[in-house]
Amino acid sequence: MALTNDHTVKAFDEDLNRLRGLISEMGGRAEQALLQAMTALKQGDLDLAAQVVRDDKKIDALEAEVEQLTVQTIALRAPMADDLREMIAALKIVSVVERIGDYAKNIAKRVALMDQTRSIEAIPVLMSMSNIVVELVHDALDSFAARDAELAVRVTVRDKNVDDFYNSIFRTLVTFMMENPKYISESAHLLFVAKNLERMGDHATNIAEMVYYVVTGERMEERERGETPEESAAAEKEQG
Amino acid sequence: MTQEDLTITDPKMKAHGVNVFYGEKQAIKDVSIDVGTDLVTAFIGPSGCGKSTFLRSLNRMNDTVASARVTGQIELDGEDIYAPSMDVVQLRARVGMVFQKPNPFPKSIYDNVGYGPRIHGLAPSKADLDVIVERALVRAGLWDEVKDRLGESGTALSGGQQQRLCIARAIAVDPEVILMDEPCSALDPIATAKIEELIHELRGKYAIVIVTHNMQQAARVSQRTAFFHLGTLVEYGKTTDIFTNPKQERTKDYITGRYG
Repeated sequence: MALTNDHTVKAFDEDLNRLRGLISEMGGRAEQALLQAMTALKQGDLDLAAQVVRDDKKIDALEAEVEQLTVQTIALRAPMADDLREMIAALKIVSVVERIGDYAKNIAKRVALMDQTRSIEAIPVLMSMSNIVVELVHDALDSFAARDAELAVRVTVRDKNVDDFYNSIFRTLVTFMMENPKYISESAHLLFVAKNLERMGDHATNIAEMVYYVVTGERMEERERGETPEESAAAEKEQG
Repeated sequence: MTQEDLTITDPKMKAHGVNVFYGEKQAIKDVSIDVGTDLVTAFIGPSGCGKSTFLRSLNRMNDTVASARVTGQIELDGEDIYAPSMDVVQLRARVGMVFQKPNPFPKSIYDNVGYGPRIHGLAPSKADLDVIVERALVRAGLWDEVKDRLGESGTALSGGQQQRLCIARAIAVDPEVILMDEPCSALDPIATAKIEELIHELRGKYAIVIVTHNMQQAARVSQRTAFFHLGTLVEYGKTTDIFTNPKQERTKDYITGRYG
């Protein structure tokens, strides 16, 4: 038997390549949306923030296109084994990437609500946190493109750093609010930004888990979560 | 070969180290497989992989090919079917067969079904035979379509009906195993769906082994799938596993259409 990665039906490979291309483009746009949203937040750039909100429509459109192509491919090609797993993963991944885009849009919308004359010390920490999230999203999508299960596992492990950042920023902002009651509104917005970033990190691990499933056919072992149940409960309590 | 997750606790047939030769050429190489009593087992693989040859060794159909030679062990309920004491006619009644092309006898519908029970002495009286014929046609899902014209020739039926008639004929002698060699390849999609529904209905009453070129069909009708390639059994497992997460590269390449 000639072992090859190509399908006997070449049109099937063309569909798969198009699907991968669309997901890659969508991921790139989501990454960019996050970078621009954070830049807009740091610099108080309302135009850039507005652009992030506008561009989110393109991400939504790409999601719809991937969904359509996936359903079509399942119907027409009856994919099996790793091809089938890829179809299912594609559907799930694009819905996650769409959520990442929404969080970026949500951050961008807060830029106009911030009073830029006030500087808050948490912002530089948020920038560091968002850099890690961008890397995670980037690596998660790279692991999908490269069929790299090991990279996918590393993404889930690194998500712990994002969770640590979140807990740290939470405490910083709460302290800041107690000391500066006039800044409570801004601080609350920044808390939401931190929460959004934390959720994006979780979504990157969701992508990584799907990639692991595509490549190996198995579910990823219960991942090294960023927090123990006790810490998680404590964090919930703090926020509650 | 992967044997994990194969929970066949009560095998109807057991094959161990089976080789089949046509003259000098070896068509089947050291195949071992258990066929579950309450399961539909599908054999898939590219043309010439040996799946039909192996199927035919399960009821000694290869005996009819002069150059064919079978070695190894095949058991039906623990009984060696290649033992000298085995009555081959009796064996083929216990392990019935349905072929690719429907092949009804050029006789009435009634006689097509009644012939086997009559020569095997299963029907002492005409009334007994009537009951057997009706029951077989009901089980084959054909009764309602032919009950008013049992005297008509079997060959006058449509292709799909003829195939169900052949299944009724196999059922009539009360077999334990039914072997099907590409039973739908000559049928249209509607007739194919009826045969597949019938296979579903018959599961549990008979152990069923089906050879098919249509992988979707194997996925639809079977609980166990065996993939053959170049005379060897490459992988045997739960159908759901084979089609979502095959363990062997060759299986994956075949079922995803990368073969060739």
